[in-house]
Amino acid sequence: MQPTGLLRAGALLYSRDLKLAFRRWEQVTQPVVFFLMVTTLFPLALSPDTAQLRQVAAGIVWVAALLSALLALEFMFRSDYEDGTLEQLVLSGQPLWWLALVKALAHWTVSGLPLVVASPLVAASLAVPTEAQATVVVSLILGTGILSFLGAVGAGLTLGVRRGSVLLSLLVLPLTMPALIFGARAVDLSIMGDSSRGPLLLLTAMFILSLTLGPFATSAALKVSME
Amino acid sequence: MWTWFHKLASPPHFYRIAGLTIPWFSWPALILILVGLYGGLVLAPMDYQQGEGFRIFYVHVPSAIMSMFIYSTMAIAAGIGLIWRMKLAHAVAAASAPIGAWFTFCALATGSLWGKPMWGTWWVWDARLTSELILLFLYLGFIALRSSIEDPQRADRSAAVLALVGVINLPVIHYSVVWWNSLHQGSTMFNPGAMSIQMKWPALAMLFGFMLYYGAVLFVRLRAEVIRRERNAAWLREELAR
Amino acid sequence: MNLSDFFYMGGYAAFLWPAYGLVLSVLVYNVWSARRAHQEARRAAVRRLQMEETRS
Repeated sequence: MQPTGLLRAGALLYSRDLKLAFRRWEQVTQPVVFFLMVTTLFPLALSPDTAQLRQVAAGIVWVAALLSALLALEFMFRSDYEDGTLEQLVLSGQPLWWLALVKALAHWTVSGLPLVVASPLVAASLAVPTEAQATVVVSLILGTGILSFLGAVGAGLTLGVRRGSVLLSLLVLPLTMPALIFGARAVDLSIMGDSSRGPLLLLTAMFILSLTLGPFATSAALKVSME
Repeated sequence: MWTWFHKLASPPHFYRIAGLTIPWFSWPALILILVGLYGGLVLAPMDYQQGEGFRIFYVHVPSAIMSMFIYSTMAIAAGIGLIWRMKLAHAVAAASAPIGAWFTFCALATGSLWGKPMWGTWWVWDARLTSELILLFLYLGFIALRSSIEDPQRADRSAAVLALVGVINLPVIHYSVVWWNSLHQGSTMFNPGAMSIQMKWPALAMLFGFMLYYGAVLFVRLRAEVIRRERNAAWLREELAR
Repeated sequence: MNLSDFFYMGGYAAFLWPAYGLVLSVLVYNVWSARRAHQEARRAAVRRLQMEETRS
């Protein structure tokens, strides 16, 4: 028997995770529903005035998206941890950082991507002009990606810990604050009609940093948690 | 060198040596802090812009420096513990976290008390204050993660991974906050480079006093950790009988 | 310089003394809690050793 190659193993794990996620449909939809609901609360609490909403829209979209993505984070490894799949993955002989990367990517596909898809709707409801929609989508793709890769570390560390979900937010949120700063800034700039290139490039740099370093930290975290 | 190092790291030796060295840290720390207090409150000339309110500087800035110094010490210790599986290094990280968190709290609170008369508000979203606040969250996350994992080995190693991730993120957080801040408002901090030596030395005395103080408290906490971690050892029986 | 001037601190007394008081009390508290942690660890270890002796 020939050992499974990296790409093949990655593809297998990715499609398996997607299949499992779609079988538990509510886990995919819950963050999106939460996202829509939270962003509905803001106009009710602040004011329905469009000009006023537009001023704070960038912040609302970003904070709400971050919190919604955080909601799904604790499920990234949990069921695999409980049924022993994670142990098999650790022992599979494939590099764990690669598996961690694929799992984070799969998790992003089922939790981050729906938020990105829903974001133009939310942004429009907050009076974000059409020209700024592209920035909303791009910044959220990068932002939810950063959250998935950084959050994977936190999810790995809090496996099997009591009150893990609260702890997870405490661990992950401070680390994502830079992404929030630049993401919201980029959206804000393009709402005001300026170029959002600067903050978007910085956000991309952060995305690459979390993509390259995150999986290694995640694999260290998983190894510690599985010992 | 290495045998000496290993000998030091062995619990009985460490416990005894730490007990002997604590006074060498604590007394100079006390003297330096008292000298710093006297220098800062009485001897240092008052600032021509901020008047006597400037004197908060002598507790604020040393606390802020300590908060970052302790976090980096903690991360280095955590890294050593993770790589060489050294229990004592993990104990250093565990014992440092509460001290560092308290210094961070002090820096924030004194910053706020300084900000009220100078800027007119208790809190300004100033770059330094904000990154200090995020640093406090990082400390709290570290402490919370440690305390919610039952198995001490796993708690050590998990917290170490977190500390390392945090220390990589710290410059990113700091510079992004600086950048964010410079977009929103001009720098409100005065320029500390313009300080005269009469103004500076009490702060330095205070800072070294704080460092020695950290050493002393760290060693007391480390002795507690060593006892807590050491199971069924003959030396423990011997030590406790004294 | 007289003493009441010193405590008055050019009008900044309300901010300056709480700041110093807070930092000093935190310093004292840290020493106290570290010593207590040490004593408690010792006490717990003594108890543990006694339990083992009675068992064996």
